[in-house]
Amino acid sequence: MIRTSLLVAGKDLRIEVRSRVLLWQVVPFGVIALLLCGLALGPAHAGSSSAGPGLYYLVMLLVTLLMINRSHVVERAPGTKSSIATLGLDPAGVFLGKSLALAVELWLTGLVLLAGAVLVLHTGLHGALIALPSIVVTLGALAAAGTLYGALTAGGETSATLLPVLALPAFAPLLIAGERSFYDALHGGELLGWWVIVVVALVAYVAMGILLYGVLDE
Amino acid sequence: MMAKQLLSRLLGPVTLVLLALTIWLGLWVTPQDKIQGNLVRLVYVHPSVAWVALYVSFGTATIASVLYLWKRTRSMVVDRVAYCAMEVSVVFIALTLITGSIWGRPSWGVWWAWDARLTSTAILGVLALGYLALRRANDDPLLRARRSAVFAILAAINVPIIHFSVDWWKTLHQGATVFGPDRSIKIHGLMALTLFISFIGFTMLFFWILRARYRLEVRREMASNVTLDEALEARRREGALQ
Repeated sequence: MIRTSLLVAGKDLRIEVRSRVLLWQVVPFGVIALLLCGLALGPAHAGSSSAGPGLYYLVMLLVTLLMINRSHVVERAPGTKSSIATLGLDPAGVFLGKSLALAVELWLTGLVLLAGAVLVLHTGLHGALIALPSIVVTLGALAAAGTLYGALTAGGETSATLLPVLALPAFAPLLIAGERSFYDALHGGELLGWWVIVVVALVAYVAMGILLYGVLDE
Repeated sequence: MMAKQLLSRLLGPVTLVLLALTIWLGLWVTPQDKIQGNLVRLVYVHPSVAWVALYVSFGTATIASVLYLWKRTRSMVVDRVAYCAMEVSVVFIALTLITGSIWGRPSWGVWWAWDARLTSTAILGVLALGYLALRRANDDPLLRARRSAVFAILAAINVPIIHFSVDWWKTLHQGATVFGPDRSIKIHGLMALTLFISFIGFTMLFFWILRARYRLEVRREMASNVTLDEALEARRREGALQ
Protein backbone atom coordinates (compact mmCIF):
# COMPACT_ATOMS: atom_id res chain seq x y z
CA MET A 1 0.00 0.00 0.00
CA ILE A 2 2.79 2.46 0.95
CA ARG A 3 4.73 1.63 -2.24
CA THR A 4 1.63 2.18 -4.38
CA SER A 5 0.86 5.45 -2.61
CA LEU A 6 4.41 6.74 -3.20
CA LEU A 7 4.19 5.71 -6.86
CA VAL A 8 0.85 7.48 -7.38
CA ALA A 9 1.96 10.57 -5.43
CA GLY A 10 5.17 10.73 -7.49
CA LYS A 11 3.18 10.43 -10.73
CA ASP A 12 0.73 13.21 -9.76
CA LEU A 13 3.50 15.52 -8.57
CA ARG A 14 5.56 14.91 -11.72
CA ILE A 15 2.53 15.85 -13.82
CA GLU A 16 2.17 19.07 -11.79
CA VAL A 17 5.86 19.91 -12.12
CA ARG A 18 5.74 19.40 -15.90
CA SER A 19 2.41 21.14 -16.52
CA ARG A 20 3.10 23.98 -14.02
CA VAL A 21 -0.64 24.49 -13.52
CA LEU A 22 -0.06 24.98 -9.79
CA LEU A 23 2.56 27.65 -10.36
CA TRP A 24 0.92 29.60 -13.18
CA GLN A 25 -2.78 29.15 -12.47
CA VAL A 26 -3.61 28.01 -8.94
CA VAL A 27 -1.17 30.15 -6.92
CA PRO A 28 -2.02 33.34 -8.91
CA PHE A 29 -5.71 32.56 -8.37
CA GLY A 30 -5.09 32.28 -4.62
CA VAL A 31 -3.19 35.58 -4.55
CA ILE A 32 -5.94 37.33 -6.52
CA ALA A 33 -8.61 35.89 -4.20
CA LEU A 34 -6.65 37.09 -1.15
CA LEU A 35 -6.35 40.59 -2.64
CA LEU A 36 -10.07 40.61 -3.48
CA CYS A 37 -10.86 39.67 0.13
CA GLY A 38 -8.81 42.66 1.24
CA LEU A 39 -10.61 44.92 -1.25
CA ALA A 40 -14.01 43.59 -0.12
CA LEU A 41 -13.18 44.44 3.49
CA GLY A 42 -11.98 47.92 2.55
CA PRO A 43 -8.72 49.64 3.50
CA ALA A 44 -9.88 50.34 7.06
CA HIS A 45 -10.52 46.67 7.86
CA ALA A 46 -8.21 44.77 5.51
CA GLY A 47 -5.31 45.20 7.89
CA SER A 48 -7.28 43.83 10.82
CA SER A 49 -5.68 40.56 11.90
CA SER A 50 -9.00 39.30 13.34
CA ALA A 51 -10.26 38.72 9.77
CA GLY A 52 -6.98 37.32 8.46
CA PRO A 53 -7.29 33.65 9.55
CA GLY A 54 -10.86 33.31 8.21
CA LEU A 55 -10.02 34.89 4.88
CA TYR A 56 -6.87 32.79 4.58
CA TYR A 57 -8.85 29.56 5.04
CA LEU A 58 -11.65 30.74 2.76
CA VAL A 59 -9.14 31.29 -0.04
CA MET A 60 -7.49 27.95 0.75
CA LEU A 61 -10.89 26.22 0.40
CA LEU A 62 -11.37 27.75 -3.06
CA VAL A 63 -7.84 26.73 -4.02
CA THR A 64 -8.54 23.22 -2.69
CA LEU A 65 -11.59 22.91 -4.95
CA LEU A 66 -9.46 23.83 -7.96
CA MET A 67 -6.78 21.36 -6.96
CA ILE A 68 -9.25 18.51 -6.38
CA ASN A 69 -10.71 19.02 -9.85
CA ARG A 70 -7.20 19.13 -11.27
CA SER A 71 -6.21 15.97 -9.39
CA HIS A 72 -9.06 14.01 -11.00
CA VAL A 73 -8.76 15.60 -14.45
CA VAL A 74 -5.31 14.03 -14.85
CA GLU A 75 -6.95 10.62 -14.34
CA ARG A 76 -9.29 11.24 -17.29
CA ALA A 77 -6.50 10.99 -19.87
CA PRO A 78 -7.27 8.16 -22.31
CA GLY A 79 -6.18 4.80 -20.98
CA THR A 80 -5.32 5.93 -17.44
CA LYS A 81 -8.28 4.20 -15.75
CA SER A 82 -7.80 0.97 -17.65
CA SER A 83 -4.03 1.03 -16.98
CA ILE A 84 -4.62 1.36 -13.23
CA ALA A 85 -7.20 -1.45 -13.38
CA THR A 86 -4.82 -3.68 -15.37
CA LEU A 87 -1.93 -3.02 -12.98
CA GLY A 88 -4.12 -4.11 -10.09
CA LEU A 89 -3.04 -1.25 -7.86
CA ASP A 90 -4.35 -1.30 -4.31
CA PRO A 91 -7.19 1.32 -4.18
CA ALA A 92 -6.18 2.30 -0.64
CA GLY A 93 -2.67 3.00 -1.92
CA VAL A 94 -4.06 5.02 -4.84
CA PHE A 95 -6.16 7.06 -2.39
CA LEU A 96 -3.20 7.70 -0.09
CA GLY A 97 -0.99 8.61 -3.04
CA LYS A 98 -3.46 11.06 -4.52
CA SER A 99 -4.11 12.56 -1.06
CA LEU A 100 -0.38 12.92 -0.43
CA ALA A 101 0.19 14.63 -3.78
CA LEU A 102 -2.76 16.96 -3.16
CA ALA A 103 -1.51 17.68 0.37
CA VAL A 104 1.97 18.60 -0.93
CA GLU A 105 0.40 20.96 -3.49
CA LEU A 106 -1.83 22.51 -0.82
CA TRP A 107 1.08 22.92 1.59
CA LEU A 108 3.09 24.77 -1.05
CA THR A 109 0.15 27.01 -1.98
CA GLY A 110 -0.65 27.45 1.71
CA LEU A 111 2.87 28.71 2.42
CA VAL A 112 2.70 31.28 -0.39
CA LEU A 113 -0.73 32.47 0.74
CA LEU A 114 0.39 32.60 4.38
CA ALA A 115 3.16 34.97 3.32
CA GLY A 116 0.49 36.89 1.40
CA ALA A 117 -1.73 37.07 4.49
CA VAL A 118 1.17 38.40 6.58
CA LEU A 119 1.92 41.00 3.92
CA VAL A 120 -1.56 42.05 2.76
CA LEU A 121 -3.81 41.33 5.73
CA HIS A 122 -1.14 42.24 8.34
CA THR A 123 -1.44 38.87 10.06
CA GLY A 124 1.31 38.72 12.71
CA LEU A 125 4.38 36.78 11.49
CA HIS A 126 5.08 35.25 14.92
CA GLY A 127 1.48 34.04 15.28
CA ALA A 128 1.49 32.73 11.70
CA LEU A 129 4.58 30.66 12.48
CA ILE A 130 2.92 29.27 15.63
CA ALA A 131 -0.15 28.41 13.52
CA LEU A 132 1.95 26.65 10.87
CA PRO A 133 1.71 23.09 12.35
CA SER A 134 -2.09 23.36 12.63
CA ILE A 135 -2.27 24.68 9.06
CA VAL A 136 -0.22 21.70 7.86
CA VAL A 137 -2.59 19.22 9.59
CA THR A 138 -5.76 21.05 8.46
CA LEU A 139 -4.59 21.16 4.84
CA GLY A 140 -3.67 17.47 5.11
CA ALA A 141 -7.21 16.69 6.28
CA LEU A 142 -8.60 18.84 3.45
CA ALA A 143 -6.48 16.87 0.97
CA ALA A 144 -7.77 13.51 2.27
CA ALA A 145 -11.40 14.67 2.30
CA GLY A 146 -10.96 16.36 -1.08
CA THR A 147 -9.57 13.23 -2.70
CA LEU A 148 -12.64 11.30 -1.53
CA TYR A 149 -15.09 13.94 -2.70
CA GLY A 150 -13.22 14.29 -5.98
CA ALA A 151 -13.63 10.56 -6.61
CA LEU A 152 -17.33 10.85 -5.76
CA THR A 153 -17.95 13.46 -8.43
CA ALA A 154 -15.35 12.42 -11.01
CA GLY A 155 -16.28 11.58 -14.57
CA GLY A 156 -19.69 13.15 -14.95
CA GLU A 157 -20.54 16.18 -17.03
CA THR A 158 -21.56 18.05 -13.89
CA SER A 159 -18.54 17.18 -11.76
CA ALA A 160 -17.18 20.76 -11.70
CA THR A 161 -20.42 22.15 -10.27
CA LEU A 162 -21.27 19.15 -8.13
CA LEU A 163 -17.94 19.11 -6.28
CA PRO A 164 -18.42 22.43 -4.41
CA VAL A 165 -22.00 21.48 -3.47
CA LEU A 166 -20.84 18.23 -1.89
CA ALA A 167 -17.42 19.20 -0.56
CA LEU A 168 -17.89 22.69 0.88
CA PRO A 169 -20.42 21.70 3.60
CA ALA A 170 -18.16 18.80 4.55
CA PHE A 171 -15.16 21.14 4.71
CA ALA A 172 -16.99 23.53 7.06
CA PRO A 173 -15.86 21.86 10.33
CA LEU A 174 -12.26 21.94 9.06
CA LEU A 175 -12.63 25.60 8.10
CA ILE A 176 -13.94 26.44 11.58
CA ALA A 177 -11.30 24.41 13.43
CA GLY A 178 -8.47 25.69 11.21
CA GLU A 179 -9.60 29.30 11.49
CA ARG A 180 -10.02 29.09 15.27
CA SER A 181 -6.61 27.49 15.81
CA PHE A 182 -4.97 30.13 13.57
CA TYR A 183 -6.85 32.90 15.41
CA ASP A 184 -5.85 31.49 18.81
CA ALA A 185 -2.23 31.21 17.65
CA LEU A 186 -2.33 34.92 16.77
CA HIS A 187 -4.03 35.97 19.99
CA GLY A 188 -2.48 33.53 22.47
CA GLY A 189 -5.62 31.42 23.00
CA GLU A 190 -6.08 27.73 23.82
CA LEU A 191 -4.94 25.67 20.81
CA LEU A 192 -5.43 22.10 22.05
CA GLY A 193 -9.21 21.75 21.47
CA TRP A 194 -8.98 22.81 17.82
CA TRP A 195 -5.92 20.67 17.31
CA VAL A 196 -7.90 17.64 18.49
CA ILE A 197 -10.67 18.37 15.95
CA VAL A 198 -8.33 18.70 12.96
CA VAL A 199 -6.31 15.61 13.95
CA VAL A 200 -9.51 13.55 14.43
CA ALA A 201 -10.79 14.82 11.05
CA LEU A 202 -7.50 13.88 9.39
CA VAL A 203 -7.55 10.37 10.88
CA ALA A 204 -11.27 9.92 10.08
CA TYR A 205 -10.95 10.99 6.42
CA VAL A 206 -7.81 8.90 5.86
CA ALA A 207 -9.53 5.85 7.41
CA MET A 208 -12.71 6.43 5.37
CA GLY A 209 -10.67 6.88 2.22
CA ILE A 210 -8.73 3.66 2.77
CA LEU A 211 -12.02 1.80 3.34
CA LEU A 212 -14.21 3.41 0.68
CA TYR A 213 -11.98 4.53 -2.21
CA GLY A 214 -11.99 1.03 -3.66
CA VAL A 215 -15.81 1.01 -3.74
CA LEU A 216 -15.82 4.28 -5.73
CA ASP A 217 -13.24 2.92 -8.13
CA GLU A 218 -15.01 -0.42 -8.72
CA MET B 1 -48.16 -12.00 6.00
CA MET B 2 -51.56 -11.09 7.46
CA ALA B 3 -49.92 -9.44 10.47
CA LYS B 4 -47.58 -7.49 8.16
CA GLN B 5 -50.52 -6.27 6.08
CA LEU B 6 -52.45 -5.32 9.22
CA LEU B 7 -49.45 -3.38 10.58
CA SER B 8 -49.04 -1.68 7.24
CA ARG B 9 -52.71 -0.65 7.18
CA LEU B 10 -52.67 0.52 10.79
CA LEU B 11 -49.54 2.66 10.37
CA GLY B 12 -51.38 5.65 8.90
CA PRO B 13 -54.37 5.78 11.26
CA VAL B 14 -52.24 5.18 14.39
CA THR B 15 -49.86 7.95 13.28
CA LEU B 16 -52.76 10.37 12.82
CA VAL B 17 -54.21 9.48 16.23
CA LEU B 18 -50.85 10.01 17.95
CA LEU B 19 -50.28 13.34 16.20
CA ALA B 20 -53.82 14.48 17.05
CA LEU B 21 -53.18 13.46 20.66
CA THR B 22 -49.94 15.45 20.65
CA ILE B 23 -51.77 18.53 19.36
CA TRP B 24 -54.57 18.19 21.94
CA LEU B 25 -52.25 17.56 24.88
CA GLY B 26 -49.67 20.08 23.71
CA LEU B 27 -52.06 22.96 23.04
CA TRP B 28 -54.85 22.49 25.60
CA VAL B 29 -53.94 20.09 28.41
CA THR B 30 -50.29 20.71 29.33
CA PRO B 31 -49.47 23.80 31.41
CA GLN B 32 -47.60 26.92 30.37
CA ASP B 33 -43.96 27.33 31.34
CA LYS B 34 -43.07 29.69 34.18
CA ILE B 35 -40.52 31.57 32.06
CA GLN B 36 -41.37 30.82 28.43
CA GLY B 37 -45.17 30.86 28.74
CA ASN B 38 -46.97 29.37 25.73
CA LEU B 39 -43.73 29.22 23.75
CA VAL B 40 -42.89 26.04 25.63
CA ARG B 41 -45.52 24.22 23.55
CA LEU B 42 -43.00 24.13 20.71
CA VAL B 43 -41.17 21.52 22.77
CA TYR B 44 -43.79 19.00 21.59
CA VAL B 45 -42.90 19.64 17.95
CA HIS B 46 -39.33 20.88 17.50
CA PRO B 47 -37.33 18.16 19.34
CA SER B 48 -39.46 15.36 17.82
CA VAL B 49 -39.02 16.74 14.30
CA ALA B 50 -35.27 17.15 14.94
CA TRP B 51 -35.13 13.57 16.30
CA VAL B 52 -36.66 12.27 13.08
CA ALA B 53 -34.49 14.51 10.88
CA LEU B 54 -31.14 13.71 12.45
CA TYR B 55 -31.42 10.23 13.88
CA VAL B 56 -34.36 8.34 12.37
CA SER B 57 -34.33 9.43 8.73
CA PHE B 58 -30.64 10.24 8.34
CA GLY B 59 -29.86 7.13 10.40
CA THR B 60 -32.07 5.00 8.13
CA ALA B 61 -30.36 6.42 5.04
CA THR B 62 -26.91 5.78 6.53
CA ILE B 63 -27.70 2.22 7.64
CA ALA B 64 -29.24 1.43 4.24
CA SER B 65 -26.12 2.88 2.57
CA VAL B 66 -23.83 0.71 4.71
CA LEU B 67 -25.98 -2.30 3.82
CA TYR B 68 -25.65 -1.41 0.15
CA LEU B 69 -21.88 -1.23 0.32
CA TRP B 70 -21.66 -4.54 2.19
CA LYS B 71 -21.65 -7.10 -0.60
CA ARG B 72 -23.80 -9.65 1.26
CA THR B 73 -26.69 -7.25 1.67
CA ARG B 74 -26.22 -5.27 -1.55
CA SER B 75 -29.49 -4.77 -3.41
CA MET B 76 -31.42 -2.03 -5.15
CA VAL B 77 -34.02 -2.27 -2.36
CA VAL B 78 -31.64 -0.86 0.26
CA ASP B 79 -30.42 1.75 -2.22
CA ARG B 80 -34.01 2.83 -2.78
CA VAL B 81 -34.64 2.92 0.99
CA ALA B 82 -31.54 5.12 1.45
CA TYR B 83 -32.67 7.51 -1.28
CA CYS B 84 -36.25 7.78 -0.03
CA ALA B 85 -35.13 8.19 3.60
CA MET B 86 -32.71 10.95 2.60
CA GLU B 87 -35.44 12.74 0.68
CA VAL B 88 -37.74 12.62 3.73
CA SER B 89 -34.78 13.72 5.85
CA VAL B 90 -34.45 16.93 3.78
CA VAL B 91 -38.08 17.78 4.61
CA PHE B 92 -37.60 17.08 8.32
CA ILE B 93 -34.31 19.03 8.48
CA ALA B 94 -36.11 21.99 6.88
CA LEU B 95 -38.93 21.63 9.43
CA THR B 96 -36.36 21.46 12.25
CA LEU B 97 -34.78 24.71 11.11
CA ILE B 98 -38.16 26.41 10.59
CA THR B 99 -39.61 25.39 13.98
CA GLY B 100 -36.29 26.25 15.65
CA SER B 101 -36.35 29.64 13.99
CA ILE B 102 -39.94 30.27 15.14
CA TRP B 103 -38.83 29.40 18.68
CA GLY B 104 -35.62 31.43 18.38
CA ARG B 105 -37.24 34.72 17.33
CA PRO B 106 -39.04 35.44 20.63
CA SER B 107 -36.42 33.66 22.77
CA TRP B 108 -33.21 35.10 21.31
CA GLY B 109 -34.63 38.07 19.41
CA VAL B 110 -33.43 36.81 16.00
CA TRP B 111 -34.65 34.31 13.41
CA TRP B 112 -31.14 32.98 12.91
CA ALA B 113 -28.09 32.95 15.15
CA TRP B 114 -24.55 31.72 14.46
CA ASP B 115 -25.11 29.01 17.00
CA ALA B 116 -23.18 25.74 16.76
CA ARG B 117 -26.27 23.52 16.60
CA LEU B 118 -28.14 25.70 14.12
CA THR B 119 -25.16 26.01 11.83
CA SER B 120 -24.28 22.31 11.93
CA THR B 121 -27.93 21.35 11.28
CA ALA B 122 -28.05 23.73 8.30
CA ILE B 123 -24.84 22.13 7.00
CA LEU B 124 -26.47 18.70 7.34
CA GLY B 125 -29.41 20.00 5.31
CA VAL B 126 -27.08 21.16 2.55
CA LEU B 127 -25.33 17.78 2.65
CA ALA B 128 -28.68 16.00 2.29
CA LEU B 129 -29.50 18.23 -0.70
CA GLY B 130 -26.04 17.40 -2.06
CA TYR B 131 -26.94 13.70 -1.81
CA LEU B 132 -30.02 14.28 -3.95
CA ALA B 133 -27.95 16.33 -6.44
CA LEU B 134 -25.38 13.52 -6.61
CA ARG B 135 -28.11 11.00 -7.43
CA ARG B 136 -29.44 13.19 -10.22
CA ALA B 137 -25.94 13.62 -11.67
CA ASN B 138 -25.45 9.89 -12.32
CA ASP B 139 -27.56 7.98 -14.84
CA ASP B 140 -26.01 4.56 -14.32
CA PRO B 141 -28.04 3.00 -11.45
CA LEU B 142 -25.12 0.98 -10.03
CA LEU B 143 -22.66 3.89 -10.09
CA ARG B 144 -25.34 6.16 -8.62
CA ALA B 145 -26.09 3.73 -5.82
CA ARG B 146 -22.41 3.22 -4.98
CA ARG B 147 -21.49 6.89 -4.97
CA SER B 148 -24.52 8.02 -3.04
CA ALA B 149 -23.96 5.29 -0.44
CA VAL B 150 -20.39 6.48 0.13
CA PHE B 151 -21.56 10.10 0.31
CA ALA B 152 -24.31 9.28 2.84
CA ILE B 153 -21.74 7.64 5.12
CA LEU B 154 -19.39 10.62 4.80
CA ALA B 155 -22.26 13.04 5.49
CA ALA B 156 -23.27 11.06 8.59
CA ILE B 157 -20.05 12.25 10.30
CA ASN B 158 -21.94 15.51 10.85
CA VAL B 159 -24.67 13.87 12.99
CA PRO B 160 -22.53 13.29 16.14
CA ILE B 161 -21.10 16.80 15.69
CA ILE B 162 -24.66 18.20 15.81
CA HIS B 163 -25.57 15.99 18.78
CA PHE B 164 -22.61 17.04 20.91
CA SER B 165 -22.43 20.64 19.63
CA VAL B 166 -24.44 21.98 22.59
CA ASP B 167 -21.97 20.39 25.04
CA TRP B 168 -18.78 21.18 23.09
CA TRP B 169 -19.40 24.82 22.18
CA LYS B 170 -22.03 25.97 24.70
CA THR B 171 -23.49 28.63 22.37
CA LEU B 172 -27.10 29.92 22.39
CA HIS B 173 -29.00 26.67 21.87
CA GLN B 174 -30.15 25.00 25.07
CA GLY B 175 -28.72 21.67 26.18
CA ALA B 176 -30.50 18.30 25.99
CA THR B 177 -34.24 18.56 26.78
CA VAL B 178 -34.88 15.07 28.11
CA PHE B 179 -31.52 13.71 29.19
CA GLY B 180 -28.68 15.99 30.27
CA PRO B 181 -25.02 14.93 30.08
CA ASP B 182 -25.44 13.60 33.65
CA ARG B 183 -28.36 11.37 32.44
CA SER B 184 -30.85 13.17 34.71
CA ILE B 185 -34.40 13.56 33.29
CA LYS B 186 -35.27 17.25 32.90
CA ILE B 187 -38.96 17.01 31.98
CA HIS B 188 -41.73 15.43 34.07
CA GLY B 189 -45.38 14.39 34.32
CA LEU B 190 -47.85 15.31 31.60
CA MET B 191 -45.24 17.30 29.68
CA ALA B 192 -42.97 14.26 29.53
CA LEU B 193 -45.89 12.06 28.41
CA THR B 194 -46.87 14.51 25.65
CA LEU B 195 -43.28 14.74 24.51
CA PHE B 196 -43.04 10.94 24.47
CA ILE B 197 -46.25 10.61 22.39
CA SER B 198 -44.95 13.29 20.03
CA PHE B 199 -41.66 11.40 19.53
CA ILE B 200 -43.52 8.16 18.74
CA GLY B 201 -46.03 9.99 16.49
CA PHE B 202 -43.41 11.78 14.41
CA THR B 203 -41.28 8.62 14.15
CA MET B 204 -44.31 6.74 12.83
CA LEU B 205 -45.06 9.63 10.48
CA PHE B 206 -41.58 9.21 9.04
CA PHE B 207 -42.10 5.50 8.40
CA TRP B 208 -45.53 6.20 6.88
CA ILE B 209 -44.08 8.78 4.49
CA LEU B 210 -41.08 6.53 3.77
CA ARG B 211 -43.36 3.62 2.85
CA ALA B 212 -45.41 5.80 0.51
CA ARG B 213 -42.28 7.34 -1.05
CA TYR B 214 -40.73 3.92 -1.52
CA ARG B 215 -43.81 2.64 -3.32
CA LEU B 216 -43.81 5.71 -5.52
CA GLU B 217 -40.15 5.18 -6.36
CA VAL B 218 -40.77 1.54 -7.33
CA ARG B 219 -43.63 2.65 -9.60
CA ARG B 220 -41.50 5.43 -11.10
CA GLU B 221 -38.73 2.95 -11.90
CA MET B 222 -41.25 0.53 -13.39
CA ALA B 223 -42.74 3.29 -15.50
CA SER B 224 -39.32 4.43 -16.76
CA ASN B 225 -38.38 0.81 -17.57
CA VAL B 226 -41.63 0.31 -19.48
CA THR B 227 -40.97 3.49 -21.42
CA LEU B 228 -37.44 2.33 -22.24
CA ASP B 229 -38.69 -1.10 -23.35
CA GLU B 230 -41.34 0.52 -25.49
CA ALA B 231 -38.76 2.86 -27.05
CA LEU B 232 -36.46 -0.07 -27.82
CA GLU B 233 -39.34 -1.99 -29.36
CA ALA B 234 -40.22 1.03 -31.52
CA ARG B 235 -36.61 1.28 -32.73
CA ARG B 236 -36.60 -2.43 -33.53
CA ARG B 237 -39.79 -2.01 -35.53
CA GLU B 238 -38.22 0.95 -37.39
CA GLY B 239 -35.16 -1.22 -38.16
CA ALA B 240 -37.36 -4.05 -39.42
CA LEU B 241 -39.20 -1.65 -41.77
CA GLN B 242 -35.93 -0.37 -43.24
